[in-house]
Amino acid sequence: MPSDNSKLLIKRIALCGVMTALALVFGYIEHLVPFPIGIYGIKIGLANLVVVVMLYTMNWQSALIINLARIFISFLLFGSATSLIYSLCGGILSFLVMLLIKSIKKPSFSVVGVSICGAICHNIGQILAAIFLLDELRIGFYLPILIAVGALTGTLIGLVALPIIKHPIFKKFKE
Amino acid sequence: MRKSDLLLLSSVLAIALIVFGICAALYLGKGETVVVRVDGEEYARLPLDEDAELLIEGVNGGTNLLIIKDGKAYISEATCPDLVCVHTGHADELKSIVCLPNRVTVSIEK
Repeated sequence: MPSDNSKLLIKRIALCGVMTALALVFGYIEHLVPFPIGIYGIKIGLANLVVVVMLYTMNWQSALIINLARIFISFLLFGSATSLIYSLCGGILSFLVMLLIKSIKKPSFSVVGVSICGAICHNIGQILAAIFLLDELRIGFYLPILIAVGALTGTLIGLVALPIIKHPIFKKFKE
Repeated sequence: MRKSDLLLLSSVLAIALIVFGICAALYLGKGETVVVRVDGEEYARLPLDEDAELLIEGVNGGTNLLIIKDGKAYISEATCPDLVCVHTGHADELKSIVCLPNRVTVSIEK
């Protein structure tokens, strides 16, 4: 019989798999239904909802693995090499900043603040990649627009995450 | 949601708005040339006040059809799958048209 410890590990691994699949589906839905305004690259960031929830309910390692797995699998399924670079720049910068903001104690931010910073940094990462790849500094003019939009979509995702991370089901995956 | 979150949200929005306002004041209404770049290299330079059509050949054989009409530049057709460039609409001093699959950018400059 497996010990309690290995049972917990198995549960966690299964949760990571399910969450990665969910993040992929969210990404795919956003790919199918683009945001109907004429500004390049605007998304609600549904996939980040999964990452934020995992960051709060499990640990940063699981959240990072899910984030990277999502990026690489969606690249294999629908992407090009260029889109991989954009996703990685946005995804990694956003993750690192969320981790940093979450660890700040004074002033302490809730999941909403963490999600806002994540969304903004995701957009900043992608703009930096675009400036670098296209060698076109003028794309930087998008930055204020994308930062403002990121703040709003990040708030939305954070507000959705707020009740989810309090759900008792996640206690099953803690020691 | 805490007070610090609200403060963060409002200050970010305020800063973005101010920076956007400064950019708009500096650049809007001052460009008159349409500059097309492919993969960062200048591809064509056309006056904004003359009606024209240009088939841009981007990387990997993709093409974008640039239309200049009544002082406005836009992409009417493209071979890329997402057509973000077409949906972007008119280019202006702050808003370039970008086609990532074909690595094409269309911007309005002085």
